[in-house]
Amino acid sequence: MNHTTIGQAQVDRPTARLSLAYVWVAYAAFGLAALAGMLQGMVRGGLVELPSWTNYYQILTAHGVLMALIFTTYFIIGFLLSGVAKTTGGSLHGTARGLGWTGWVLMTVGTAMAVVTIVTNDASVLYTFYAPLKASPYFYIGAALLVVGSWFGGFAIFSSYRKWRRENRGKLSPLFVYMSVTTFVLWLIATVPVAVEVLFQLIPWSLGWTPSINVMLSRTLFWFFGHPLVYFWLMPAYIAWYVCVPRVIGGHVFSDSLARLAFISLLLFSMPVGFHHQLMEPGISAGWKMIHVILTLIVVVPSLMTAFSMFATFETTGRKKGGVGLFGWFKKLPWSDVRFFAPFVGMLFFIPAGAGGIINASNQMNAVVHNTIFVTGHFHITVGAAVALTFFGVSYWLIPVLTGRTLTRTANRMGMVQTVFWSVGMFLMSFAMHYLGLQGTPRRTDYTTYMDHPLALGWMDYQRVMAFGGGLLFVAAVLLILILGYLTFYAPKGKTEYPIAETEAEQHTPRILERWPVWVGVLLFLIVMAYGIPIADQLTHNPPGSPPIRTW
Amino acid sequence: MHLHRYEKIWLSLGAGGLALFIVLLCVNAFAMGMAPPSNMEMIDPAKVTETPPFDNPGLKKLSDNEYDAYMTAFAFGFAPNKMEVPVGSKVNFHVTSPDVVHGFQIPGTNVNFMVMPGHINSASYTFDKPGEYLILCNEYCGAGHQVMATTIIVK
Repeated sequence: MNHTTIGQAQVDRPTARLSLAYVWVAYAAFGLAALAGMLQGMVRGGLVELPSWTNYYQILTAHGVLMALIFTTYFIIGFLLSGVAKTTGGSLHGTARGLGWTGWVLMTVGTAMAVVTIVTNDASVLYTFYAPLKASPYFYIGAALLVVGSWFGGFAIFSSYRKWRRENRGKLSPLFVYMSVTTFVLWLIATVPVAVEVLFQLIPWSLGWTPSINVMLSRTLFWFFGHPLVYFWLMPAYIAWYVCVPRVIGGHVFSDSLARLAFISLLLFSMPVGFHHQLMEPGISAGWKMIHVILTLIVVVPSLMTAFSMFATFETTGRKKGGVGLFGWFKKLPWSDVRFFAPFVGMLFFIPAGAGGIINASNQMNAVVHNTIFVTGHFHITVGAAVALTFFGVSYWLIPVLTGRTLTRTANRMGMVQTVFWSVGMFLMSFAMHYLGLQGTPRRTDYTTYMDHPLALGWMDYQRVMAFGGGLLFVAAVLLILILGYLTFYAPKGKTEYPIAETEAEQHTPRILERWPVWVGVLLFLIVMAYGIPIADQLTHNPPGSPPIRTW
Repeated sequence: MHLHRYEKIWLSLGAGGLALFIVLLCVNAFAMGMAPPSNMEMIDPAKVTETPPFDNPGLKKLSDNEYDAYMTAFAFGFAPNKMEVPVGSKVNFHVTSPDVVHGFQIPGTNVNFMVMPGHINSASYTFDKPGEYLILCNEYCGAGHQVMATTIIVK
């Protein structure tokens, strides 16, 4: 690549190298996690038995940690750093890159520590690590490094944003940057409670420095983090939907201000809501649970705004391309372009996923599905389909951008096949999971027939459907890694566009949307309102704590 | 900030439906007594086996068709191991754990709650149909989690 193309380059080489380092750790973790996931499906379907040197809960922990924590966090940081660079002039300045690499090193050391403890079977506590199950202290220290490292990724984004604002006084920030900053404001605040849990409760307790742990408090701190965690996965997918997908189809951002408003709403209503994960627990009153349920359900509004924006962009673009009649525009969309097709299928998955989420968050209906495999089905169509398919769709253009290569027609076609395999696999597996959950099948449980209880025997056919879906997903995962390897090392050199859409005409965006002290202030107020009294109560009215216990 | 007319309609319908839904949830929880299990009682998890009534887990008959079931959930089982009640009985389950966090679920009913060390959690159910109801642990609790189950016989 010569200097002039770097001048118009999408992302300069040093930034591309950083971004690629994040993306490839993400996909290495993804590959291992997919293998573990496929094995779980086979075990539950009664098709295979694991060798004696491993067990179901060990590979379940590996799957959860690698997929939900490692794959997502690395991909998100790699993607957002590249997009921030692209939209602020094509590069990250030295400080931002330094922060980015510092984060990568810390996260990778943390990941290695966590993986080693999982491999040695000293951390079969699943990715939620609920006390008083006690993992090796190195598992918790690894988790802490992962979190702290991810903060540096956020600092890199904040630093680029600050620099851009200094150089462009009075101007509205690029939409991609604004959304990335919102995502990391959420992440920085949301990870504080889990950092407190890990640093002040789990690590000293697992090292034997403190004899017992306040179990209730540890769970509350975990879920204070656990729900914004899922928005942290979702928001980068939304960035791709709002900013990148419209450009891929040759369209525009529907509304700049509504996109920003949706992100601010997600930020505000991501945190004061954790009790909807604890609805079936003792020790939290029904009134506080209801307050969290109501605040949770407000997310319906930004979700509907997003759905409207997406389809408005699709329709406007389709009509410009000559689509007529009520649905003629639909046919004009680029259905054979994987950069559009994969995220679009993700959006479709998000429709039933949203409905399932409302069920989970509702006080009474939660009693039917709580801790059943319905919940597993739910987050496989949210993060495993809507988010993952979007990330795949992004990877198909992001990796060529970063390596200065092109997405060939064949690679595109293979990507389409990969998307179909993943979608069909996910559909079958998740459908079976939702159905079984309604019958009462528990999640996170090794193969069992409960002493041949007729009810549990009746679940087995659907558990085989799950296994079959898992098999298709594994095929799709292998195919994905092969395609991405090709795009990294072998695809023909050339210029690939980093798709960033803009609004069609200049739009007026209210400036208040970019006044961070206002929004962070409102968020902190909501957090204190929703958590202040319950946490004070858990600190002062608590039963004797629990000693560390290893039951595996 | 400009809002398209269709978007106003779309969001108003959405927000209106949401408001109605939230009102229904509140009515269900607080007016119709269907709040989620939220027992506030506490217990020393190290002393469960010596704290009445959990020192002697089992059914306590309250009337002809109502029982209290005091149970413990532990790695990897439930006490008592077998229970039997007549058809039409209402059973109030009160459960605690001496070790890690467990789940308590009876598939086919709405009985489903978390059992945490240090806390007692409760739910009630009226068994109108005879059968052998499976009670299982639905929160991962260790290597034997998948065998942690018992039954309650209704006849």
